[in-house]
Amino acid sequence: MELTRRDAMAIGACAVVATAVPFQASAATEAAMAFTGGAEPTEGGVTLTTPEIAENGNTVPIAVDAPGAVAIIIIAEGNPDPKTAEVAFGPMAGAQSISMRIRLAGTQNVVAIAKMADGSFVQASNAVKVTIGGCGG
Amino acid sequence: MASGVKPRVKVPKSAAAGSSITIKTLISHKMESGRRKDKQGNLIPRSIINRFTCEFNGQPVVEVAMEPSISTNPFFQFDAKVPESGEFKFTWYDDDGSVYEAAKSIEAT
Repeated sequence: MELTRRDAMAIGACAVVATAVPFQASAATEAAMAFTGGAEPTEGGVTLTTPEIAENGNTVPIAVDAPGAVAIIIIAEGNPDPKTAEVAFGPMAGAQSISMRIRLAGTQNVVAIAKMADGSFVQASNAVKVTIGGCGG
Repeated sequence: MASGVKPRVKVPKSAAAGSSITIKTLISHKMESGRRKDKQGNLIPRSIINRFTCEFNGQPVVEVAMEPSISTNPFFQFDAKVPESGEFKFTWYDDDGSVYEAAKSIEAT
């Protein structure tokens, strides 16, 4: 069987994901813990919008809406660097929501944790299927 | 400084005083994650924009700490309050120390 460039890239990406899996979960947890200071976030209160299937992991559009939040962290659990972005809202923010485009290395969960004004934490998590990974290979 | 960096910002020219508006920002930047390899198999060093801020008349609207998982040509869309006429100031901070700026004024009616 002859390997096309696309095949080679897919295999490479898979290898990266496979070898990285054992310590990824802990890296994602660490990023979450650093943000919450050890507090356990509850579900609800934050809306995370992601595509169900992302054909290209290089640009996956996501949106987070967390009314009353002061800060939001976005974590891509399956990425080599799970922490994706930390957003802080100032007094001039019209709504505590933001849309952006992120990279996903492969099929994985994307988590958004919001810090509310009263110091509590809420989270939402979505699974995104990725056809072509977005972290090189 | 990364080459060809061009910030683009979309802000309405006017808005009702006290209302909230949607802002879109896009900056062309390759956002090299530091994990890709070149043809010789050498790692391409990380070169990303690591911070973005938006201010209205000196008051913060939003501030984003950016990591390599942000896509090439980082795009953000968010909402801002417009209590009075003034100027939105957008700033991007590059890994290499470069700072890219854009400003848009808005009239409150």
